[in-house]
Amino acid sequence: MVGPLTHKLWRDLWHMKGQAAAIAAVIAVGVLLLVMQTGLVTSLQETRDAYYDRYRMAQVFAPAARAPNHLIERLAEIPGVTAAYGRVTGSALIDVDTRALPVQAQAISVPDRGEPPVNGYLLVDGRHLDTRQEDEILLLESFARAHDLHPGDTLSATMNGARRHFRIVGLAQGPEFLYVAAPGEIIPDDARFGVIWMSRSSLSAAYDMAGAFNEALLTLGRSAREAEVLAAVDRILDPYGGLGAYGLEDHGSDRFVTEEIAGLRATSKSVPPIFLGVAAFLLYIVMSRIIQSEREEIGLMKAFGYTDREVALHYLRMVLVIAGGGAVIGALLGILAGRLQVKVYLEFYKFPFLVFRVDPAAIIWGVGLSMLVASLGGLMVLARVFRLTPAAAMRPPAPPDYSRTGRLGAAFNRFLDQPSRMVLRRITRQPIRMAGSTVGIACGMGLSVAMISLMASFDGTIEHTFSVADRSDLNVSFTHAVSEDAIFALQRMQGVFEVEPIRHVPVVFRNGLHSYQGALSGLVPDARLFRALDSEDREIAMREDGVILGAALARILHIEPGDRLTVEMRQGRQDVLDLPVVGIAETRMGAPAYMELAALNRAIGEPGRISGAYLRIDTNQADDLYERLNDIPTIAGVSLKSDSRDAFQRIMDTGAGAVRCVMAFIAGVITFGVVYNAARIAYAERARDLASLRVVGFTRAEVSFVLLGELVVVTLLAIPIGSGFGFGLAWAVSEAFSNDIYQVSAYPDPSSIGTAAVAVLASAAFSGWMVKRQIDKADLVLALKTRE
Amino acid sequence: MAISRRTIAAGHAAFETRNLTKTYGEGEAAVHALRGVDLTIPAGEFVVLLGPSGSGKSTLLNILGGLDSASEGQAFFGEEELTAMTDRQLTQYRRNHVGFVFQFYNLMPSLTAEENVELVTEIARDPMAPSEALSLVGLTDRITHFPAQLSGGEQQRVAIARAISKRPTVLLCDEPTGALDSTTGREVLRVLRDVNEELGTTVLIVTHAAATGAMADRIISFADGAIRDVTVNDTKLDPKDIHW
Repeated sequence: MVGPLTHKLWRDLWHMKGQAAAIAAVIAVGVLLLVMQTGLVTSLQETRDAYYDRYRMAQVFAPAARAPNHLIERLAEIPGVTAAYGRVTGSALIDVDTRALPVQAQAISVPDRGEPPVNGYLLVDGRHLDTRQEDEILLLESFARAHDLHPGDTLSATMNGARRHFRIVGLAQGPEFLYVAAPGEIIPDDARFGVIWMSRSSLSAAYDMAGAFNEALLTLGRSAREAEVLAAVDRILDPYGGLGAYGLEDHGSDRFVTEEIAGLRATSKSVPPIFLGVAAFLLYIVMSRIIQSEREEIGLMKAFGYTDREVALHYLRMVLVIAGGGAVIGALLGILAGRLQVKVYLEFYKFPFLVFRVDPAAIIWGVGLSMLVASLGGLMVLARVFRLTPAAAMRPPAPPDYSRTGRLGAAFNRFLDQPSRMVLRRITRQPIRMAGSTVGIACGMGLSVAMISLMASFDGTIEHTFSVADRSDLNVSFTHAVSEDAIFALQRMQGVFEVEPIRHVPVVFRNGLHSYQGALSGLVPDARLFRALDSEDREIAMREDGVILGAALARILHIEPGDRLTVEMRQGRQDVLDLPVVGIAETRMGAPAYMELAALNRAIGEPGRISGAYLRIDTNQADDLYERLNDIPTIAGVSLKSDSRDAFQRIMDTGAGAVRCVMAFIAGVITFGVVYNAARIAYAERARDLASLRVVGFTRAEVSFVLLGELVVVTLLAIPIGSGFGFGLAWAVSEAFSNDIYQVSAYPDPSSIGTAAVAVLASAAFSGWMVKRQIDKADLVLALKTRE
Repeated sequence: MAISRRTIAAGHAAFETRNLTKTYGEGEAAVHALRGVDLTIPAGEFVVLLGPSGSGKSTLLNILGGLDSASEGQAFFGEEELTAMTDRQLTQYRRNHVGFVFQFYNLMPSLTAEENVELVTEIARDPMAPSEALSLVGLTDRITHFPAQLSGGEQQRVAIARAISKRPTVLLCDEPTGALDSTTGREVLRVLRDVNEELGTTVLIVTHAAATGAMADRIISFADGAIRDVTVNDTKLDPKDIHW
C-alpha cells in the first residue's frame, strides 16, 4: 500500500525536479567517472596480467651483439631464473604499395621446433609457420590490417641490406607488442611499424647469427631479485657485446601500458571524489532548506503521532531517491562509457581481447559515502526540528536573527543602500554556506581550467615538438654508426636543402638510487634543424664538458645542473663516464639527453661516427628523394615528421583527446549544478521577502538585484578561487600524467582560465535568468499569505 | 500612463469600483471571490471591511492595492483606472501611493527597524524622515533592532512606519492585528487612527474582528463575494475602548 508520506515524497520531488535533476546530474557524473575509470584500471590490469601469463612474457630482456647459444644454459642457471630463451631479432624495412617510404619493422625468430618458451605469440589468422619453408612469415596483425595484407599475400623486405620476398601465412599478436610505435617514436601508428616472425634458421642466415642469439629473454620466479639477476646477466653477456639487461618495467610497450594504468588510477582517485563531495554538499543544503521550510508539516505529522524515526525516514528517502537515482544513472552511463572507452583502448593497445569489468567496491564506496554525507546534513537539521514540541514547530519560525551581522562595518553601511545591505548581510550571516557555494563553483571552474589547459598542453606539445624544437622535414637512421661522410652524400642529393647529423648512443643513466635506460644524443654545436631548447624556447648551446638533460629525465633522476651523473655506455667500448649536468632542456615528449657530437664520439671511442641525420628538403622533389634514400643500404629507416605529427594529432582528435573534452563538459555540469542550486535555494528562502519588496513598490529589476546580487558576489569570489584550484589541479594532473614518455605542462594556460571564467559567468547568468523568470512570475498575494 | 501626483481631495472618491468581479479557476471548479462589487470609498476616510473568511474582502483589498487583477469590471484610484494598468504602472502606483500593512508584518529580517523604513524612503518621491515615521508609531528607542529582536506588536509598528513613511495616499491593512494580543492590537489600531487623522491618509482595514468597526467612518460588510451592507458611523470609538 502506498502511504500518504510516499505520495508526499513523490510530489515534493516533482516540485523540486529542476534542483533534484541538477544534483543527481553531478552525482551521476562523479559515479560515471568512478565506474569508468576504476573499471578501466581493473580491466587493463587484469587483461594485461592474463595476457602476459598466458603468452609467457619475459621479465628480463638482455640484448647483445652476438652471443653463442650455449650461454643460454648459463643464463638459466642464474638463481631466480625459471626460463631462459635466446632468439634472433633484427631490423627490417618492409616495402608497401601504399607508401613511398618503406616501413620499419622488427624481425623475430621462432624456434624451428615448438613454440617460443618465452614471449610467445597469438595466431589471430592463418596458420603457424612451417619452419622448413624459409620464405614463410607471420605478420603483426595491426600492421597487416593497416595495409590490407592477408594470409596468402606476399611481401618484400630488406634485411641486413638484402632484399627478400616472403609469403604471409598468418597474422599474429604478442604480449611484447601491446603498444606499437615506430622506433624512436612515442605515438602508436599501426601503419608505420611492423613485426615479422620467421624461422630461426632463416633469420639467422639473414643476420649471420648461426649458432648464436642477439637477445636473451628470461622469466623469473617469485623470490627472484631482479637487480641481482640483471647484474648476473650482464656479467655473462658483457664479453659478447651485451647492451645491458633490463627488466619488464623498462620495456617500451609495457611501460606505456603501465603508465596509462597509473594515470587512470590517479585520476580515478582524485576527480570523482570532487564531484561526489560537491553533490553531497548540494544535497545537504537543499535538504536543510526543505526540512526548515516544512517544519510546520513536521510538527503536524508529529501531532498526528508519527515518530521522529518515521519522519526522519521520510526525508532520508528523498535523499536516497536523488542520490540513488543519480548513482544508478551514473553507474549505467559509466558502464556504457567504459565499454566505449575499451574500444578506444583497443585501438592503441593491442590486446587480443579487453572486456570492461566493473569494480563494484568503488561504486559502493563512492555512492555510499556521498549519500551518507547528504543524509547526515539532513539529520542535523531534523534534530533541530525534533527538539521543538509539535505545537512550537507548527508556529512560524521567528525571523532569522541578523543582529550579529548588523553592526558589521557601520561606517561602510553609509555607502550602501538598503538592498545592498540586504545582500551583504545575508552573505555575512551565512558565511559557511556562502563559502560552500563559492568552493563548489570554484571546484567546477578549477576542473575546467585543468581540463582546458590539458587540451591546450597537447596542442602546445605538438607545436613545441614538431615545429619549434624539430624544424626538419624528415629524419633518417642508419643501420649502424656510419662515417660522417654520409652527411656529405645526403647533402649532395637532389632536393635536399640542409642536413644535420645526430648520434644516438644507448646508455644507462645513474644518479644514486635513480637510474634510467635511454639514449644520449650527440648534436652539432650550432644545430639548426633539431635543437635543445630551454623553457623560454631559446637554443641551448651544446657543451663538450657535460650533458644537457631533458626536464623529464632530470626529474626521474632527481638531478640538477651542477650535479654529476654516471653514464654507462651500451655501445663501443662500453665505458662508464662521470659527467656534470650542464643544462636542462624543456621537453614535452620523451626523456632525452644531449651532448656535443664530437665530445660524445670521443667519449665512446668512435670519432667521426653518426647514427642518423635530420633533413630539410624540397617537398616538390620528395618522392624522388624517398626512392633514392631507399636505395642506400645503410639506411635503416626514414621517418617523415608530418607522419609523426599526424599520428599524434589523430590520438588527440579521437580517444585520449575525446576523453578530455568529456571531462571539460563534465566540469561545466558541476559548475552549472552548483550555481543553479545556489540561485534556486536563495530564491526559495526569500520568496516572501522578495514579494514584500514588490508590494512596497520595488520594480522587478530592483527585486532581482537583491536576490541575484548574492549570486554575483558568490560567483565573482569563486572565479579567483577557481583559478587557484585550476593551478593546483593542473599541477596535480601534470604530476599524474607526466612520465618519461610524455609531459603535461604544470602551469595552466592563461586562456584556459579566461575560458573557464567565461563558462562560470555564463552558467551564473543562465541560472540567474531562470530564477529571475520565477521572480517575475511570482504570485505576490500567495507569497504574502504563506509564512515561509 | 503616468499617475497623477496630486492627492485626492477630501470628499472625493479615493476608490471606486464598478461591477468588480474576480473568479479563480474555470468551469465547475470556479471560485467566485468577488461577484460584481460596486463601491465608492471617499478620500480621507477610515474604512473597515468586515466579513468571514472567503467573503472577498481580502481580494478586494489586493485589487485596490494593485497586487491582483480583476476578472471583470473596473476599479479606479481617483480618476485612474487600476484595472487598465500594466504591471509596470501598478508597480509605480504601489511605490508612490499605497502603503501596505500585513498580518505577518513582512519585514526584511536582514534590515534593522530603521533600515526597513529606509527601504521605502529610498525609493519614494516625497518621503518623511525614517525617524519621523518611527516616532509616529511610538518606536524611537528600538530603531537599531533587527526584526528578530522585536516583539510582534513592535514588528507591526515598524511595518506601519514603513508603510506611512512614503506619505501614501492610501494605507491598506490586511488583518493588521490578526497575529497580536488584544492590548498590542489596540495600540496598533491607535497608530492607524493617528495616521488617518494626522496625515489625512485614507485607511482601509480588512479584519475578522467586528468590534474594530466601531472606530471607523464607514463599515463595509462582505458575504459570498458581495457587499452585504455599508454602515456610516456618526460617532467613532477610541481604539482604547474597543474590545474583542
